[in-house]
Amino acid sequence: MRPAPRTTALARRAPKKRVLATLAAIAGAALLLSGCAGGSGDDGKTIKVAYQKFGNFIQLDKHMKKVKAEYEKANPGMKVELVPIAAQETDYFTKLALMNKSSSTAPDVMYEDTFQVKSDVDAGYLAPLDSYIDKWDEWDQFFDNAKQAGLGDDGKTYGISMGTDTRALWYNKQLFEQAGIAVPWEPKSWDEVLDTAKTIKQKLPDVIPMNVYSSTAQGEAASMQGFEMLLYGTKDTLYDTDSKKWVTGSKGFTDSLQFIKDLYGGGLAPSPDQALDKNVGTKVGAEWLPQGKLAIALDGSWMSGTWLEDGSAPWPEWNDVMGQAPMPTQDGDDPGSVSMSGGWTLAMGSKSKNKDAAWDFIALALNKENSKSYDIAASQIAVRDDVSKDPEYADANPSFAFFSSIVPVTHFRPATSDYSKISLNIQVAMEAVLTGQQSPKEAAAAWDESVVGIVGEKNTTK
Amino acid sequence: MTATAATPDALRGGPSGDRRRRGRLGRDLLRSTPLLPAVVLLAIFLLGPVISAFYGAFTNSALSGAAAQGAEFIGFKNFTDLFADPDFPKSVVLTFVFLFFSAVVGQNVLGLALALLMRSANKVVRAIVSTIVVGAWILPEIVASFAAYAFFTKEGTLNGMLAAIGITGPTWLYTFPMLAVILANIWRGAAFSMLVYSAAINDVPPEITESAEVDGATGWQRLVRITIPMIRRSISTNLMLTTLQTLSVFTLIYVMTGGGPGTNSSTLPLLAYKEGIAFGQLGFGTAIALILLVVGALCSIVYIRALKPEVD
Repeated sequence: MRPAPRTTALARRAPKKRVLATLAAIAGAALLLSGCAGGSGDDGKTIKVAYQKFGNFIQLDKHMKKVKAEYEKANPGMKVELVPIAAQETDYFTKLALMNKSSSTAPDVMYEDTFQVKSDVDAGYLAPLDSYIDKWDEWDQFFDNAKQAGLGDDGKTYGISMGTDTRALWYNKQLFEQAGIAVPWEPKSWDEVLDTAKTIKQKLPDVIPMNVYSSTAQGEAASMQGFEMLLYGTKDTLYDTDSKKWVTGSKGFTDSLQFIKDLYGGGLAPSPDQALDKNVGTKVGAEWLPQGKLAIALDGSWMSGTWLEDGSAPWPEWNDVMGQAPMPTQDGDDPGSVSMSGGWTLAMGSKSKNKDAAWDFIALALNKENSKSYDIAASQIAVRDDVSKDPEYADANPSFAFFSSIVPVTHFRPATSDYSKISLNIQVAMEAVLTGQQSPKEAAAAWDESVVGIVGEKNTTK
Repeated sequence: MTATAATPDALRGGPSGDRRRRGRLGRDLLRSTPLLPAVVLLAIFLLGPVISAFYGAFTNSALSGAAAQGAEFIGFKNFTDLFADPDFPKSVVLTFVFLFFSAVVGQNVLGLALALLMRSANKVVRAIVSTIVVGAWILPEIVASFAAYAFFTKEGTLNGMLAAIGITGPTWLYTFPMLAVILANIWRGAAFSMLVYSAAINDVPPEITESAEVDGATGWQRLVRITIPMIRRSISTNLMLTTLQTLSVFTLIYVMTGGGPGTNSSTLPLLAYKEGIAFGQLGFGTAIALILLVVGALCSIVYIRALKPEVD
């Protein structure tokens, strides 16, 4: 507390200071407020396109730049503003959702993962495209499952598929030969996969035997390339489509986590600090596989896109070095192998001020020529009949034949709006097992509890 | 602000009667009208977000899904869920561990020690040391965080130095995540405490210390009996500031460990980010932030009570 005399001394000087300070505050506020009111100058002549650009995934950025040039040439007076979001998947969804929350930042066109579509439709971020596709003569070219991937819970179409993918085991044939393992490798069960990894660890101690994405830092890649590739190969599943209930307490769930434990606990995988790194996906594609530091990768069909001439880490010999094997089911039960399919769409923002222009951009970006060039560059499995039959597409990448051949055993993720939350909890369970904080049983029990918390007891089944 | 302007009058008011007091009150209000714009601005930009966060913590606001369309008031559900979540108590413990070792002990003790040592150091040493210490503090947070990451990472500077003397260092960020982030936060924050304490120590009148010296007090006695009691108010202020600063440390931990491995370095801000932003449950994340606010307020009260800065 101030002594009294000082107060009076100050009081004499104070008014002037206060007036000045007040004026300054008012002036500052006026500046701030007028700055806010300025707005974005959105006149419907500019369409904003938001998409992901991260690590090795640069093909979409190239594709969007190309489409932007074509679009602006065909529509004089219109401008396309590209918003590449440099973030790993989970962060990408967050940033996209934050953009979508306000009409001054919401994109007109966005790159949207199929599993996020239903959730974002519920959130009111996406605009239905039915009135446009009714008039689009190319819509018949899309395969039925690709059409379904873009549906919202209300049965309307919200996303146009860009391509799909499958997942399998990539392995380094040279390392296999050095370790004395017969090539082509055709594992028939999880045990065979683990045994091969053990052989590699023994024969080539400097090589990481196998990578399976297993932490929250990898986001959906851990759920899909990692966990679900295991779970869908057991006798259990994640979601019972008939009863529309989530499966909790299944043996397959615990067994899948046990596989992660065997892999990481047995030193057959990257070290935990590597596995928890956000950039491990980039490292697998751009460093570990090309440099022969990793023998087996449970990964996606798009991997080779990184190694193509205009990929982020060109590797001309990739097809001679890398082999592919389907991921076996747990005990080799029918159908013997398993795969997961996802894929991304282009969707329209519900807050778009010029929906017709946004649609024109989507239709242009995914016409036959552009779909083909993107599917080739990003190593996507074509979802358009005319592209998949095009010899240029079929000859472009020697691995396409293999990855298309496992389509019959592929699974899709549960198409519900709760999936994205439940998937995050799968990653939490994987990471708990990877770091040894929980046993597979405990992690599975914690996951069960979180699922009940998300969807309610009545929407789960044992 | 209005409160401080009114208190001297209120104190002197005494038995002089209601009417006079009311007249003074009116005059005080009139005199403080120029403050009105500032008060309004403070209310909008500082109080507003606090209130909206307070409300947000009781809704199911989310980034995606149906709740993103319009958040609903759900009462205390976020809090009951939070208290049932096994990650939460762990996160609270980690927050207090981080707070105690890095701010209360680390930054304050190291800052005070540096300030005391600098007093008796020569000019050159003082200039060099203060440049180095303050350097860590003026770095932008993200740069300091990356520097700390590069220092502690597996193939980082620390393990490089250890390797030079024949020791294979552990993976610090994985094996000892809390130790790494605590050391990093001490490194980053000690300069602030050092500056505060240097200024406070300079205000201790040299006559008092000298007379104590004449009376035969040892250096330690002079520190404990004279210097520390006399800079008590600075200690209280500094403890409060470093505590609030440390409670809200996010970037440092996020860059270094991401809250991991698993949840082993997930303090409350990291947990709030994970639930609110990464998992998109804005309401739930806000509830965690609200708890953080309460923790900060409680700590402040404890410091003010314990060190009684107003008694002289």
